[in-house]
Amino acid sequence: MFAFIIRRLLQSLIVMLAVAFISFSLFNFVGDPVNNMVGQEATAEQREALRVQLGLNDPFPIQFARFIGNAVQGDFGVSYRLSRPVSDVIATRLPATLELVFVAAVLALVIGLPLGVYTGLHRHGFGSKVLLTLSLIGISLPTFLIGIMLILIFAVWLGWLPSFGRGDTVQIGWWSTNFLTVAGWKSIIMPAVTLCLFQLTLIMRLVRAEMMEVLRTDYIKFARARGLSNRAVHFGHALKNTMVPVITITGLQIGSLIAFAIITETVFQWPGMGLLFLQAIQFADIPVMAAYLCLVAFIFVVINLMVDLLYYAVDPRLRVERSGGGH
Amino acid sequence: MAIQSDTKPLLEVKNLRIEFPTRRGVLTAVDDISFDIMPGEVLGVVGESGAGKSLTGAAVIGLLEPPGRIAAGSISLEGQRIDNLPYEKMRQIRGRKIGAIFQDPLTSLNPLYSIGRQLVETIQTHTDMSESQARRRAVELLADVGIPAPERRVDQYPHQFSGGMRQRVVIALALAVNPKLVIADEPTTALDVSIQAQILDLIRKLCKERNVGVIIITHDMGVIAETADRVAVMYAGRIAEIGPVRDVIKHAKHPYTHGLMGSIPTIGHDTEKLTQIDGSMPRLTDIPRGCAFNPRCPKAFDKCFVDRPELIQVEQTRAACWLYEKEAVHG
Ligand SMILES: Nc1ncnc2c1ncn2[C@@H]1O[C@H](COP(=O)(O)OP(=O)(O)OP(=O)(O)O)[C@@H](O)[C@H]1O
Ligand code: SF4
Ligand SMILES: [Mg+2]
Repeated sequence: MFAFIIRRLLQSLIVMLAVAFISFSLFNFVGDPVNNMVGQEATAEQREALRVQLGLNDPFPIQFARFIGNAVQGDFGVSYRLSRPVSDVIATRLPATLELVFVAAVLALVIGLPLGVYTGLHRHGFGSKVLLTLSLIGISLPTFLIGIMLILIFAVWLGWLPSFGRGDTVQIGWWSTNFLTVAGWKSIIMPAVTLCLFQLTLIMRLVRAEMMEVLRTDYIKFARARGLSNRAVHFGHALKNTMVPVITITGLQIGSLIAFAIITETVFQWPGMGLLFLQAIQFADIPVMAAYLCLVAFIFVVINLMVDLLYYAVDPRLRVERSGGGH
Repeated sequence: MAIQSDTKPLLEVKNLRIEFPTRRGVLTAVDDISFDIMPGEVLGVVGESGAGKSLTGAAVIGLLEPPGRIAAGSISLEGQRIDNLPYEKMRQIRGRKIGAIFQDPLTSLNPLYSIGRQLVETIQTHTDMSESQARRRAVELLADVGIPAPERRVDQYPHQFSGGMRQRVVIALALAVNPKLVIADEPTTALDVSIQAQILDLIRKLCKERNVGVIIITHDMGVIAETADRVAVMYAGRIAEIGPVRDVIKHAKHPYTHGLMGSIPTIGHDTEKLTQIDGSMPRLTDIPRGCAFNPRCPKAFDKCFVDRPELIQVEQTRAACWLYEKEAVHG
């Protein structure tokens, strides 16, 4: 198991290096950073001095190494657009996105899993058919459309929920949270629901398919033949066997939630990283874009590692094979 | 040989019919079969693929999968009807009174739980034993089925056992709460030939010791010869012949049984199995009029193509064949 973790860590490192390389390349391929930093009227000498100061005349590998060295310390330079250190800008936006993604992920799992189990067990029931039809809608409607419909209904017509922004947040150190005020909760509901719908239906359909698959297996039939109660068969035996694929997909989906958040944040003017990233693209704000890419890649990698570790908790076959030094 | 004719049967199956409603009409997969099993008796059920053996077993244990259903007849265990019980009542009989052994030990056990947990769960479902009592019982059971070092093995997972060992675990699970009847559906088909005989011996020995009735389902006359006291030969959803193993093997009455006996493979040396007879069993959708075996029967005569034979007592066995009609009448 230890060897396996080391191997996964190495793989993660390679992924991170590749992403860092792409981020770094942005600086060289998208415009000249010096142009972005000094005005039109700067002289050639001033520009050259800045180039030396920024190390832009150094050989490529040295520049890349310096980029990584800084990035590891959280230093991605200064935002062209906001003229503030990128790390500060991100720090103000990160909590908004992570809280949104967290609520969406919890909703998707807490609602999607039981619905998947229900529709898997009661395949032919009326409730299952209704849910499956609804889930088709959930999967095929574009996020922004759902967002706009929600705004129309709950903000414009009913006036129950705010249509944009984070509402009141409470600052805890550098972290600003929605979770401590009523207005904060009210603000996060619609974006989180919008963001989670796709993943919720995905998890529901996945769990349903896996349940139906597992219920056909011999060990489930044998569990019934042993006279176990339906509850033990369905939840003790069947559900646990659906967990490995469900953990995988859920883990990957948390990554996609961060990506999807770009659209949701735009619709709801949610001041998170997705919105920041879109604005950065519009202004060719390379340091922010580079930092966003690296950060999102990092989150992906961490989630994947956690998913791998969860497998071990769930499936004894992996524990023995790997620790036995096999492979 | 301790079977007394005056003891009450453990299991009575009477005129059982199993149907599948389909779009193109109702398929009758098991058609009007009847048999008894005495306590401690091993009944072999043999027949080609699709003869209805597994369905019969599934019906007895109450696990027919819809749309399959019992359309007629009755199944009684210790004199009590069990074919029409509500789900919860029948669930309590499964495992408690009727145990099951499935074909493939590699897939019969849940890979995510230790075998100890699966045993304890079965025991606790049907008894008031505490966790530690149930665990002690689990270790005993593993020892009974011949698993070495049971105290250590009880905490291991299915994948840590070989196929033969897993089938022993499955047997332990089937016998965990001392059922009266065990249904073993091809318990050795998936196993390595070298251990098939061991597993059959184990099933027979344990069930004889505990006076457990057994239905052993197989394709393989060799398995029947080795384990069963009586045998029912099934063909196209019906019983073609039923009687004591010795009589059926030595003096088969039904032409189909004769064909099966063409070569009794010793266990492990079979490949051809039941393909001795030319042709194949008809599908459920085109079972011929009269005797279902008539297209393949070397002795078929006029009547066989018109009327369906019922079981007729011939010496020690009963055979569904018109050849014996006169004997029944005149003899
Ligand atoms: N769900 C179903 N729908 C329609 N027919 C079915 C269904 N399940 C089983 N049958 C039919 O019932 C018949 C008997 O099946 P069964 O499984 O009892 O055969 P078997 O004697 O156990 O054969 P095998 O040796 O292959 O296990 C088969 O002809 C099969 O086609
Ligand atoms: S009834 Fe006729 S066809 Fe059927 S087995 Fe007997 S002889 Fe053959
Ligand atoms: Mg079968």
